[in-house]
Amino acid sequence: MTRIPLGMPTPPGAAPAFPAAAARSTQDATLRENLRHATHTIRAKRAAAVAELSDWAELRAAGAAIKDHTLRHLDHYLEQAEAAVTAAGGQVHWAADAAEAQAIVTRLVRDTGEREVVKVKSMATQEIGLNEALAAAGITAYETDLAELIVQLGNDLPSHILVPAIHRNRAEIRDIFREHMARWGRPAPDGLTDEPAELAEAARLHLREKFLSAKVAISGANFLVAETGTLVVVESEGNGRMCLTLPETLISVVGIEKVIPAWRDLEVFLQLLPRSSTAERMNPYTSMWTGTSHGDGPAAFHLVLLDNGRTDALADQVGRQALRCIRCSACLNVCPVYERAGGHAYGSAYPGPIGAILTPQLRGTASALDASLPYASSLCGACYEVCPVAIDIPEILVRLRERVVEGGAVTIRGTRAVIRPAKGHAAERAAMRAARWTFDHPRALRAGQRLVSRTRRLHPRRLAGPGRAWSDTRELPEVPPESFREWWQRTRGPQGTA
Amino acid sequence: MRVALFVTCVNDTLYPRTGQAVVTLLERLGVEVDFPAAQTCCGQPQYNTGYRRETEPLAHRYADTFRGYDHIVVPSGSCAAMVRDNYPRLGARAAAEGRGRGLADAAASVVPRTYELTEFLVDVLGVTDVGAYYPHTVTYHPTCHGLRLLRLGDRPLTLLRKVRGLRLLELEGAEECCGFGGTFAVKNAAVSAAMGTDKARAITATGADAVCTVDNSCQLHIGGTLARQGSAVRPVHLAEILASTEGTEGKAL
Ligand code: SF4
Repeated sequence: MTRIPLGMPTPPGAAPAFPAAAARSTQDATLRENLRHATHTIRAKRAAAVAELSDWAELRAAGAAIKDHTLRHLDHYLEQAEAAVTAAGGQVHWAADAAEAQAIVTRLVRDTGEREVVKVKSMATQEIGLNEALAAAGITAYETDLAELIVQLGNDLPSHILVPAIHRNRAEIRDIFREHMARWGRPAPDGLTDEPAELAEAARLHLREKFLSAKVAISGANFLVAETGTLVVVESEGNGRMCLTLPETLISVVGIEKVIPAWRDLEVFLQLLPRSSTAERMNPYTSMWTGTSHGDGPAAFHLVLLDNGRTDALADQVGRQALRCIRCSACLNVCPVYERAGGHAYGSAYPGPIGAILTPQLRGTASALDASLPYASSLCGACYEVCPVAIDIPEILVRLRERVVEGGAVTIRGTRAVIRPAKGHAAERAAMRAARWTFDHPRALRAGQRLVSRTRRLHPRRLAGPGRAWSDTRELPEVPPESFREWWQRTRGPQGTA
Repeated sequence: MRVALFVTCVNDTLYPRTGQAVVTLLERLGVEVDFPAAQTCCGQPQYNTGYRRETEPLAHRYADTFRGYDHIVVPSGSCAAMVRDNYPRLGARAAAEGRGRGLADAAASVVPRTYELTEFLVDVLGVTDVGAYYPHTVTYHPTCHGLRLLRLGDRPLTLLRKVRGLRLLELEGAEECCGFGGTFAVKNAAVSAAMGTDKARAITATGADAVCTVDNSCQLHIGGTLARQGSAVRPVHLAEILASTEGTEGKAL
């Protein structure tokens, strides 16, 4: 099957809207099976891991409250973090958007004289398309997370926050390793099978070379503790730990919403995150570092604080909840739409429910793709139920739908602006108005119902035009000879005024 | 106790027998129920598609129509959730936009009086055995807004278990959305159909005679998909099962 060529983030405007992309991916039987199997497995495990804690509801409320407090005083905590990181020997850089962050990181790598970097799995660097920017500057970035490696070798795009290669099965991974590992370094061992242990060993050998030779590493962070300037990365494989400790220079690109006030707050998130994401009581590796330490770990540390639309999202009273996200991916794993459409249909580093609310806030709703994302949900609410920081994703989806169809006041790069309704909704708007008018005039409603009932023998079984979207896969309901309203009127005598 | 039925626009137009079943059931339980004719639609299709301003007159209409009733009974989890969850939001937004507290007050007045049917039966009337007889095998699909917004919990199943002659069959993946989602069914038809197909297969696999829900809008999609697949399982609203008695059984199926 064809895959979208490498290039993150997908250029808005050029990418197909979600419904078109999803219509294609739902037809891909292998993809559907891979996703169904993977999401159902982790879904059940998460539920069990969460059920173990009797105080989960309190933890969840505490997580949301800590994040809300921090976001309300974001300026304060960021400055506190900057001072602490600087005092500990690190350098702090501020990036307003993706281009600025790319430029800062590229310059920092160039200053070391190196042409290769190793990378810790990071959503922020995916978001800003860092690997592509570095490649354009002649710098090769090697992904070291196993799933990111699979994606990179396969010239593919990540389709999941935690497991970027969730759309691939074992046989596909074996083929990718056999075919592409040699081009990036140590080739796959001869006769490699699709046994998980063999695949992991092949990746281990391939990556070890990189760890031992790399002088520069690039990471993100799960948390940034303001009181001490400590960065925290949680992971399962230990590959991140290698990158964070072996190279001479470490550059961490961190979204400004990752800051938390104090170590005490970590206690809450280090319980919420592993249970929600990998269904583990505790993740195997938790790496923490504060600036630089003499003779131990990287001698130079740079922290790049990334805004890239986050303060704009913060300005929206409903949408700002999305900034609580700790990227656990529980909402993806439980989402029936994600399970069937797959991550690529969301056209962003952030797929699934969180992507549907975050991408339109970070990138805006101007492109057809970004304007379609808030509609990529049946509003079933399963995501809200599992979210460890209680982000009311359906509420934000509806809020963003309103932004799409009604326009209104938004904040773009720090400036309040009024946007116009998105194009292509004129017919729908007219229909909604007409429906509202009818519903506001019960007599008209009754007349309409009568007409539909009297002509019911004439109704086609399949519709043309936009109605085809319904009748292609579903029978139309039989229209009853009489509405409830008519029946009531006939059997209970005249009531009311309609 | 003045009780009003908010039948909902979908039931009114396409499923009148569900409304009739509610009336039959409540009257059998000794509750006099009224149908104020000024009622229309709760505004959910508009609201959930992003047309918040178009929703406001309908929220006002709902509050005006049901003024003076002690209880408003809604045979739809989704529409009851629209009133309880979203009317306060509409009111708060209008107030925040400097358009007064009218809508917020209207919302506050109807929220505590609005009950989904099973809530009204179990919580207000305090009955779980409504004296129904329904000699069929039934599987129950908990629709999302009833399940997650109203937290109906086991109310519907408790009521079903007390129905004489009824055999309840477990539905695999019951809590997964059927894929209806209002305008989602048309805007994302491919994904909606894929979800519906999986749900319909799970329903057929139970071998039940009927699939029961508390939401006919979801049934529109589930039933339409079942019929297209050639499945013999019939969609039926919980109210119709609960209204059935020895004399009338079979009518609802
Ligand atoms: S929105 Fe919630 S559930 Fe989804 S990734 Fe973020 S924290 Fe996890």
